[in-house]
Amino acid sequence: MTVDTVSPPVHTDPPRAPVPRATDRAIAMFAGKGLTRLLIAVLLVVVCYPMFWILATSFKNQNEFLDKPLWKLPATLHGSNYVDAWTNGRLGHNALNSLLVTVPSLAMILVFGAAAGFALEVMVWRGRSTTLLLIVGGIMVPAQIILLPLFTIYFKLGLSNTLWPLIITYVGHGLPLTVFLMATYFRGVPREMFEAATIDGAGIYRMFWSVAVPMVRNGLFTVALLMFFSIWNDLLIALTFNVDKNLQTVQVGLLNFSDEYGSLQYGPLFAAISITVFSTLLVYVFINRQVMRGLTAGSVKG
Amino acid sequence: MESVLGNKKAVAVLLGPALIFFVGVIAVPVVWSFVYSLYTGNVIRGFTFVGAANLTRLWSDPEAHQAFWFTLKYALVVTAGQILLGYALALLYVFVLRRASTLVRTMVFFPVVLPTVSVSLLFSRFFQYAPTDGPINSILKVLGAQHVDFFSAGGTSFIVLVVMDLWRTQGFYAVLLYAGLVEIPDSAIDAARVDGAGGWRLVRHVVVPMSLPVLFSAVIFSFNASLKVFDSVLALTRGGPGSDTTPLNLFMYKTSFLSTDYGYGSTIALLITGVCLVVTLAIFRSSRRDLTKG
Repeated sequence: MTVDTVSPPVHTDPPRAPVPRATDRAIAMFAGKGLTRLLIAVLLVVVCYPMFWILATSFKNQNEFLDKPLWKLPATLHGSNYVDAWTNGRLGHNALNSLLVTVPSLAMILVFGAAAGFALEVMVWRGRSTTLLLIVGGIMVPAQIILLPLFTIYFKLGLSNTLWPLIITYVGHGLPLTVFLMATYFRGVPREMFEAATIDGAGIYRMFWSVAVPMVRNGLFTVALLMFFSIWNDLLIALTFNVDKNLQTVQVGLLNFSDEYGSLQYGPLFAAISITVFSTLLVYVFINRQVMRGLTAGSVKG
Repeated sequence: MESVLGNKKAVAVLLGPALIFFVGVIAVPVVWSFVYSLYTGNVIRGFTFVGAANLTRLWSDPEAHQAFWFTLKYALVVTAGQILLGYALALLYVFVLRRASTLVRTMVFFPVVLPTVSVSLLFSRFFQYAPTDGPINSILKVLGAQHVDFFSAGGTSFIVLVVMDLWRTQGFYAVLLYAGLVEIPDSAIDAARVDGAGGWRLVRHVVVPMSLPVLFSAVIFSFNASLKVFDSVLALTRGGPGSDTTPLNLFMYKTSFLSTDYGYGSTIALLITGVCLVVTLAIFRSSRRDLTKG
């Protein structure tokens, strides 16, 4: 389709004279185009079919799932699976927990991370590069090594049966990367901006909040997305600190999905998977440009 | 200027909260973990000092060996797959689809943002055998082949795991490598074309050497991430059958929280950290050497 329009003219207009070399090339081009289309078709099927299948299956009832071939579309749409997943499968309850954990964690990571990035990159004081190096070194620390000591600390502080252990751990674990990225973004802001602000009489906090932060808005947004997905989709930390069934996040709940009587109902399970998959996709569709841009910028720097 | 940007109190206010979290959640626990590895027991039972006993136990524990080799095998296969597939996709984006690649890039990136647990549940149904065949087994039957109980053996479980993780992550590595390829100046490619290099020769002698830095950082990233595999294994196979697909991470989790052996769990966590560090440094050093040569 659009492939033709971007190829250089040499390729789209083979010379009319039947010179053998040119014909060969035209045939190769034709085969190449066919191959390209086939490749893209295969790619799209590989990516989309599993998602389509989960959606189709989520509307089947238990008998239909067990007795009919699995690629068949459901005879009637059993929307009740979704109601079941949301209420009996506790998905609604767990989604609320996930939100209660993700929103404050994200807010703290962004505010603390941006402030620290500013203090470490823009401000001038002795020992700042050592401190930055120390915090950035935290990126290499795997989550598993901090789990057991944290478990002990939370237990001793009496926080074990709340959502606090999750929030605190996500903030601590997410900060090193955030500080590193924010420092990189602040480095891109011309120093003259801060000098001008000082001459205009801005204090340091005003400079941070009204000058520096708006200048790195795009970077902040990229970090927010990165952190949102890693917190929302996390299993290891949530599983470790969630002992209470009432405190389960979406991921932990899905892992042990069952209805209120503890039996596995396929329809509601597929409905639950569909909800989590397609709600994430919906978020992604709206912001994918930003995700791509952030990823591209980050990898070139690193 | 100096007095505003050198305001010590402001540094403390701005950096303070992040530093408190860093020290409390990263620095102290890392040191604490080292100390735990010298003890046995847990918070409720109390701890006994055992010195290097956990290390010698790790050295001769067959279960730990199995988990170690599984992790290494998984990381090697998945890294190779991620880099090869990702690079092939990136080449497709840059040289075949060119500016029209946006839509395909977006679509192939889709699975990256999906929750791993959901994807694992999806794949375990996709490759299902009992109580009813999933789509893969249905296709096998239509093709006249035997249907396979994928999750009854370590080998086939491993295959499903690798296929799933590649499906999940290929878009990410494709975009990462794509960013590196876009950076190659057009003039270099054009010059090579003028000199008569085309197709494979162009890729082999011009494109690959020029994208080596981003390839190496992708390898480090991929290997490090796959050494820490946890979610997908737990949700897809629960480490089974038996402990055939148990990576170090899951082994550590089971030891620590199901057997509540904190000391041994910490020792395994140290091993994971050590392996990640060694691998990163090794790849980093070899890439430095190669770059100065070329």
